[in-house]
Parts: sequence; structure tokens; C-alpha cells
Amino acid sequence: MKWIESFIIAVRSLGSNKLRSSLTMLGVIIGVGSVITLMSVGRGAEKSITSTLEGMGTNLIYIASQTPGVQGLAAMGMASQSLTLSDAEAIAERVPSVVAVAPITENYAEVAAGDESVAAFIEATTPEYEYVLNFPTEYGQFITARHVASRDMVTVLGSDIAEDLFGGEDAVGKKVKINGRQFNVIGVLEAKGGQMMGISMDAIIVVPITTYQARLFPGQTVRGEDAIQQIAVQIESTEVADIVSADITELLSQRHRITEEGKEDFLIMTQEQMMGMIQQVTGLLTVLLGAIASISLLVGSIGIMNIMLVSVTERTREIGIRKAVGAKRRDILLQFLLEAAMLSLSGGVVGIIGGWAVSWLISTFSAAAGISIDAVVSWDIVILAISVSVFIGLVSGIYPAMRAARLNPIDALHYE
Amino acid sequence: MSPNKGMIELENITKIYRMGDVEVPALRGVTLNIYQGEMVALIGASGSGKSTLMNIVGFLDKPTEGKYTIEGIDVSGLNDNKLAEMRNKKIGFVFQTYNLLARTAAIANVELPLIYGGTGQKRKRAMEALERVGLKERATHKPSELSGGEQQRVAIARALVNDPSLILADEPTGNLDSKSTVEIISIFCRLNQEGITVILVTHEPDVAAKAQRIVRLLDGKIVEDKKVEPAAGN
Ligand SMILES: Nc1ncnc2c1ncn2[C@@H]1O[C@H](COP(=O)(O)OP(=O)(O)O)[C@@H](O)[C@H]1O
Ligand SMILES: [Mg+2]
Repeated sequence: MKWIESFIIAVRSLGSNKLRSSLTMLGVIIGVGSVITLMSVGRGAEKSITSTLEGMGTNLIYIASQTPGVQGLAAMGMASQSLTLSDAEAIAERVPSVVAVAPITENYAEVAAGDESVAAFIEATTPEYEYVLNFPTEYGQFITARHVASRDMVTVLGSDIAEDLFGGEDAVGKKVKINGRQFNVIGVLEAKGGQMMGISMDAIIVVPITTYQARLFPGQTVRGEDAIQQIAVQIESTEVADIVSADITELLSQRHRITEEGKEDFLIMTQEQMMGMIQQVTGLLTVLLGAIASISLLVGSIGIMNIMLVSVTERTREIGIRKAVGAKRRDILLQFLLEAAMLSLSGGVVGIIGGWAVSWLISTFSAAAGISIDAVVSWDIVILAISVSVFIGLVSGIYPAMRAARLNPIDALHYE
Repeated sequence: MSPNKGMIELENITKIYRMGDVEVPALRGVTLNIYQGEMVALIGASGSGKSTLMNIVGFLDKPTEGKYTIEGIDVSGLNDNKLAEMRNKKIGFVFQTYNLLARTAAIANVELPLIYGGTGQKRKRAMEALERVGLKERATHKPSELSGGEQQRVAIARALVNDPSLILADEPTGNLDSKSTVEIISIFCRLNQEGITVILVTHEPDVAAKAQRIVRLLDGKIVEDKKVEPAAGN
């Protein structure tokens, strides 16, 4: 018997019980659809974080405060501010292969102009921030060393903030109130379009670090010097990242009078390590989501097997008739296998289209909500979903099909 | 084939059904030769083993013991695939209950053996077969839209579509009224005249009378095997 005939027989018998066929397919549709959606959303999230990180420049080392001995999430909650501006200066002066150093302290603040008021993410830093973290200005200028030295009340607005406060107007030269204190807008940053942990890169404002410390949020280290949260270090190339990390560790340990290894009150992380960590988390997330979706695929495949078993029992006489007129075992096997494969394949195709549509909706709505998750359905996911659904069809069809093929013709004919 | 050599040779065929511990002997040593071109009526009381014998002759079932040769081929040496091929090519089976595929047009039912036989021009050959039983106009009708007699004619068309040398009919008129019975039997007679060997199980004496030979079974044994004089006005 030729394939085309088996195919026609399978289509006919599936078509003869449309409601049942479509309900069976529904299991696979939901399974494949959720695999596609969850995998592509997971990938989209990963991609958006990675591209944001890359947009910040790759030759970067971050230094953050940490309480020695406290690890994991707890460390973040109780981060002491052990780093200081003079630490940053010392790194810039004394560590070889360092191109520039930007001390950073971050916080939320209310920014207002006239009647408009928005919440912004403050980046308190020095002029080096502009090129260390790759934030060129679109209009006006970035903060300068003089602004830092004299604690000037100046600020550079992220493009979203400028847009929110001033609409289409030129923000440069205008005044804004940050936590109630008046600042002059000296520049507007270029739009970056990325986001990091839910914070848009365009919803930040930059102020001189000294101004921040003296007038906005005065904070003190344990040793009584002006505290900063992080230091971003630009290095010559990624190759020297490890050497520079070691040098910085040595320098800071000396400055912080740390004698024992493992008791450091700071944490050094290269861009590569950060990327690896984030990819690990998002990758894990993707796998987890995929695993959850696979469970619904499994349920779908059990549905197919169940229906195929019912179908074999119901059609025992039909099998007997086919055998009586000359159908061989493999003809019957092929017929039932094809039916199962077609059920799951067509379910898979509909599931792919559905999953693709849902991914598109998620992308669109998340973009509208300001969190851009570019949930792209890539070919490898589609091919994976199709092969998985055919595989499921074959696996769940093989047992019922073998039962059908093994039937003795006369017993099958006499089946009531 | 020499006229003395049987097309079908059954030698001491027994068939025992096992139902748990109980053994039911359905055939107890049947020896029978059927010749090319014969029309044989198989008669006997219910439970005498007629269907069992037909199923064995049609490769639908295997004997417990005994030797079965068809056209010189020993059937016991054939595997499942070969048996399926023999059912497809050599034999047309007609059942009391028609055994048509439900929800499937008459023409598609007739095509069925050709699907497994792998020959071309299926539609055309199926149509010719339907024409031979006078049902060309009903080709697209489903079994549920046909009368019993018409369904049985579709079944006969299916049996003869692959040009078998043997047609086995197990009580083909058992479910039919007398008018349909006459039609069906006349089709078998015509097919027999065209050279096809026909074995027919029946309870009805007038049906059996149309055959050239009557074999009577009783409790799994042949108790009578006689030639019939051609009836007048056949
Ligand atoms: N599948 C079976 N299992 C057990 N016994 C059977 C089976 N088929 C037939 N028999 C028994 O074999 C005997 C012959 O049956 P059968 O060949 O159908 O008779 P007939 O067709 O002449 O009425 C009967 O006693 C019947 O009960
Ligand atoms: Mg019977």
C-alpha cells in the first residue's frame, strides 16, 4: 500500500469524527503553544538584558560594597557602603590598564518641573560615567569635573524623563526640582532603548556625585568618608580583566585594611561575569518555563494515546474487514500510526501559530508597558516543537497501532 | 491444472477452539477437494462447522491440524504477509452481515482490496465491479443509504474487484428477503459461469439447488457430498 493511500485513509477517519479529533488535538495545541510562548518569552527577556549590558560597553569591571561573610540576597539587603570617592581615585591613579573610573551611587528620586512630576532613577557620578558606561548626550553637555568640584546643582536628563517633563521642548537651560531642590538641566542623554532589571535606561537622571552626597542623600561610610555604592572601571581590553581585578582587590584590601582573604568588604565583577550570571539566570528561567510547558505536552500525548486506543477498539471490525480483503500487519500499523502522527502534527502546527500569536501579543503589550521583551519565535523553537509533536504522536500511537495490527482477522470480524 | 487435481485440497482438517479448559471441536477431520470452476453449496445444521471451514479455506483462520493446499501451494508454510496477499489476490469473501465499512461510499468499499493489492486504475476497476452487480448508479451511496440486498451486492463487487479465482460466501442471503436472495444467487451463478469457483454456505434448499455440488456437514464432519443435476429453467 502506498503512503498517499494511507494518508487518505487517515484523513478520512479523522474527519469522520471531527469533534473528537479536534478535542484530542487541543491537548497538543495547548502544549505546543505554551512551549513556543514560554520559550520565546524567556529568550526575549534574555536577549533584552544581554543587549542592554552590551550597550554599556564590554570592557567593564564593577566594584560594589558588600558585608564580609554575608552572601546571596541577604548581602544585597544589608550592603554597607564601604567604598569611597578616594577609593575610585586611587584605582584610577594606581592600577595599570585602567582607562577610566566612574564612581556611582544610585537612588530613586522625585523629579518635577512645573506641574509635571515623575519618579526617576538618579545616577550620581563623575564625568567619566559618560564614556565608561556609554551615555552620550543628545543635547547640551554632560556633567564636568568643575561641576563635581563645586557641587553644582546641575543635572543631565534621560530622554524619557526629558520627554515626560518637557514634552517636545528643549529641556537644556530649564530648571527641575529633585526631591524639592532646584537643579539646572544642562543636557539630555541619547535614547538607549534598553532596560535593566525593569528599569528603563532612558528613565535616569545624572547628577554630580558630590552634589548628591552633600545636598541630596548624605551618606557616610564606617570610616566617616563620603560613601559611594559602586565603582565602574573601564579597562583597556577584556584580556586584562582578571589581572586588573586582582590589582584592584589588592589595592582596596590595603586601603580598607583587610588582612584576611575572603573578608573583603567589596565585590569585584567583570562584565563577562555579570553577563554569565544573568544568562545563567535567564537560561534557567527559559528551561524552567519549557519544562512546565512540556508537562502540558505530555498530557496532550496521553490524550492521543487514549483516543487511539479507543479508536482501535471501536474500529476492531473495520480492522477485520481490511485484513479480510488483504491488509497486511504493516498496513494497519501504518494507518494508525499516521492517524496519531497527523493528530499531533496538526495540533502542533495550530499550537505553533497560536504560540506565535501569543508571543507577538506579549511583545507588543510589554513594549507598550515600557518593559521590552522581544519574544521572537525563532526557527529552532518551531522545528523543535514540530519534531516533538510528531514524536509524541508516534510514541503515543505505536502501542495502539501495534494492538490493531496484531488482531487476528477472524476475531476482529466477529468483534461486537 | 489437471481436471483431477483439486484447486483446493483439504486433508483431514481439524479445528479445535479452546475456551479456557474446555475444548470445542468445530471440525473433526474434513477431507475435501474442490475443483476449478465448481459451484459448491455447503449445508448443515447451525454449529456444524460450516463457517469454521470457510474461514480456513479463506485464510482467515488456521486449522489445528491437517493439510491445506491451494493451487498446489501448501498453506501451512505461508507467513502472515503471504496469507494477506493470498486473501487479496485469490479470494473474494462475502459475509452474511455484508461487513462493509460504515460511513464509506460504495465505490470506496469496492476499492478496498485494490488499495492493498497495489494495482492502478482503482476507480475504474471498482466502477466495473459495481457495474457487474448492477449497482453503478449507487456508487456514491453509503451503506446506510442502501438496502440489505444492495449492500450485499456491494460486498460481492468488493469480492470480485481483484479478479479472484475463488469466491467464498458464508450465508450471503441469510439476512435477505426472497427477492434479494434470488438476485444475489443469480449473480453468483453468473460469476461461476464466467469461470470463478464459488463456495456457498446456505440453509435454504432452493439456494443449494442452484449449485452443481452439495456438501453436507454434521458435527464437524462431511456426511454427504453429492452432485446435483442441473435444474430446469436455470
Ligand atoms: N471463536 C470460537 N470460539 C469457540 N468456539 C467457536 C468459535 N467459533 C465457532 N465455534 C464453535 O464451533 C462450532 C462450529 O461453529 P461454526 O463453524 O460457526 O458453525 P456454523 O457456521 O456451521 O453454524 C460451534 O459449536 C461453535 O460454537
Ligand atoms: Mg456460520
